[in-house]
Amino acid sequence: MRPRNLWPLVALAALLIFNMLFTTGFARIELRDGRLFGTLVDIFQNGAPVMLLAVGMTLVIALGGIDLSVGSVMALSGAIAALLMTEQGQSVPVAIAIALGVALGVGALNGALVTYAGIQPIIVTLVMLVVGRGLAQTLTHDQKISFEIPAFEFIGNGTVLGLPFPALLVAVVALCVGLLLRKTSTGLYIEAMGGNPQAARLCGLRVHVIRILAFMACALCAGLAGLIAAADIKEADVANAGLYLELDAILAVVLGGTSLTGGRANLVGSLIGAIFIQTLTIMLQMRGVITEHTLIIKAIVALAVCYMQTPAFERLARRLRPAEGSA
Amino acid sequence: MGQNGAGKSTLIKILTGVYPRDGGTITFEGRDFRPVSPGDAQRKGMSTIYQELNLIPTLTVAENLFLGRAPRRWFGIDWRAMRRKAEEILATFDLKVEVDQPLGTMSAAVQQLVAIARAVQTEARLIIMDEPTSSLDSHETEVLLGIIGRLKARGLGIIFVTHFLDQVYQVSDRITVLRNGAHVGTYEASQLSRLELVSQMLGKVPEELEPALHGAPESQGPAVVAAQGLSRRGVEPFDLTVHAGEVVGFAGLLGSGRTEAARLIFGADHPSTGTVNGSLPRSPRQAIGQGMAFLPEDRKADGIIPDMSVRENIALVVQRKLGFTLSRAQQEKIAQEFVTKLGIKTPSVEQPVRLLSGGNQQKVILARWLAYEPRFLILDEPTRGIDVGAKGEIERVIHQLSQKGLAVLFISAALEEVLRISHRVAIFRDRKKVGELTRTTLPEVMKVIAGEEKPSPEATKSAGEERNAP
Repeated sequence: MRPRNLWPLVALAALLIFNMLFTTGFARIELRDGRLFGTLVDIFQNGAPVMLLAVGMTLVIALGGIDLSVGSVMALSGAIAALLMTEQGQSVPVAIAIALGVALGVGALNGALVTYAGIQPIIVTLVMLVVGRGLAQTLTHDQKISFEIPAFEFIGNGTVLGLPFPALLVAVVALCVGLLLRKTSTGLYIEAMGGNPQAARLCGLRVHVIRILAFMACALCAGLAGLIAAADIKEADVANAGLYLELDAILAVVLGGTSLTGGRANLVGSLIGAIFIQTLTIMLQMRGVITEHTLIIKAIVALAVCYMQTPAFERLARRLRPAEGSA
Repeated sequence: MGQNGAGKSTLIKILTGVYPRDGGTITFEGRDFRPVSPGDAQRKGMSTIYQELNLIPTLTVAENLFLGRAPRRWFGIDWRAMRRKAEEILATFDLKVEVDQPLGTMSAAVQQLVAIARAVQTEARLIIMDEPTSSLDSHETEVLLGIIGRLKARGLGIIFVTHFLDQVYQVSDRITVLRNGAHVGTYEASQLSRLELVSQMLGKVPEELEPALHGAPESQGPAVVAAQGLSRRGVEPFDLTVHAGEVVGFAGLLGSGRTEAARLIFGADHPSTGTVNGSLPRSPRQAIGQGMAFLPEDRKADGIIPDMSVRENIALVVQRKLGFTLSRAQQEKIAQEFVTKLGIKTPSVEQPVRLLSGGNQQKVILARWLAYEPRFLILDEPTRGIDVGAKGEIERVIHQLSQKGLAVLFISAALEEVLRISHRVAIFRDRKKVGELTRTTLPEVMKVIAGEEKPSPEATKSAGEERNAP
């Protein structure tokens, strides 16, 4: 049987090997002041928000839904934490707790509107994409909020045993979600609902509750990603934080081989997808490609990797293989 | 008329050019008729109204009426003329609706009538209606049947396909019966008794004595499920009690309400009135909590999770008992046990269930429920579309389980199957439970289905006593 994550891994490996050979300075890793530096470390450091978003998005997509609001939730949670710590003078734990609480609230609202009002996920979360950032901009009067609070900055740029803290945070969250998916009934129920919602209901699953919890988990990941993004640059930039990242997250999930029609959650694949996207972004930056071109190149590569997972490509590959043999 | 798979729809599709014919001729208005497509048939005067309406719900009533042949002005569509004409046309059907409103907002009956109006408007001389009343309530049905009568008076020919016996006799002059893809006979409606019609459809002579019900099981336990006054749009209120160790069959023609009634008991559809075991059924989850299980009629749409493995499909319900943490080994053990016990043919328990044959998929769903060890099992058409071997195995399992005290509700279109398996039969006709029989034979059941004879007083009485029993 073909390994589950073959093509995403092949694509990632190819990208890494290309860079090791042709992008100068890509493979260099240094240990300075008890901390690792280098491009490979940056991939995990800078890619942490997208990886977190991809973890949450995997749950929602496996259910047959989608969440477009994650980028705005990032902006919202960063802004709320920053406001609480600066203007309200709240402690770091309180600020973090309230910011994540608001994110959970947005997720619950998303889930409730989808499951009880019966509005399509893409519409509900599109509305929340607009409202979320609008709310963040209202709260901050559309100003960037800078802060100098080392305890909070640690979330974004701290290190533990030489490794970037955001990467460790991703690892912990991914491990928790992974265990939830594989070692508890949650994963079974989510995949059943994505695979056949009618049958899942007749099997007595609490479809409403499960759907709301999935949206909440996704929003919680987004809230956490928002804290990392704000802590990393020491300011809450509501206009740019998380902008377009919902697209990167969805792309990461799709690259990882989770079908948008739902029914299967491939968490490892989504993480590989997110790393792939970040590697590509950093590589293009290092090679001096201008931003506009970066977007186009990312789009083409993403399309290619998605195509590699289609039955059409498998048929093509099967047809080419014997031809190579006879040549 | 004809049972499922009799060939009604296929015949209609050949008539209207959807399918090419293999042989034979069609004569329409005295001429040889060779439509190449439904559009072609329509232009030549033969219109079809399908079960699933081929109208566009997001367009307005008027637009649907005139789609493709709207009145034109020197540029574009003459909207005012279109609205006026639409109102005129619908007025001839006694239908007053806002023709500017989207068709999708109208009731099923109005949509049906708009479809008919459109067909008449295209100068149809023959209208074929494939189960036009299946989604209508009794009042809407009356309106529709009235209009069919008026169309008949206008000189149109009508082919009316339905499962409702009353309606057939109300509107038809002649009745043609199909069975298993063959023409059984065409009769003057006034010459054909209901019982004869039913026996022609089923292919059974009423005089056949076997099989017969066995009566009460050897050891009948206490009542497991007691439904009272359950109803919903499309099902008249009914009572039902099933005891431990008893198999109750639901008999009736397609569309008689047997599936709908079972879904109400399980909470799969929300009943508008009535109780099951003392409370209104709210959800399948609640029913499962009370020890009920439900094997649905449409195994693809409501049963299997196609991409999941056999193991996961079987574990889905029992996982509730196993708890929050999931042990793959435990699931494997349960799945393996039922693969062996029910003889499910699969290379491994990790095989995606969509790759299994229909009969084996059905066994997987049965395993899913049996693993949960229910007290009451509803089986809706468990043997449909599966081969004889699997059928026999499923029947054997049902028999064994009922002997061990499981209460079973068995629904099947195959009457002899219902009688062979059940201890008691509840009979449905035209969305109504019309009786219960404990000691009976096939001809008796057929008579009740046909509505020719009330169930014998003795049988009704015994059913009543059971209901009153504690």
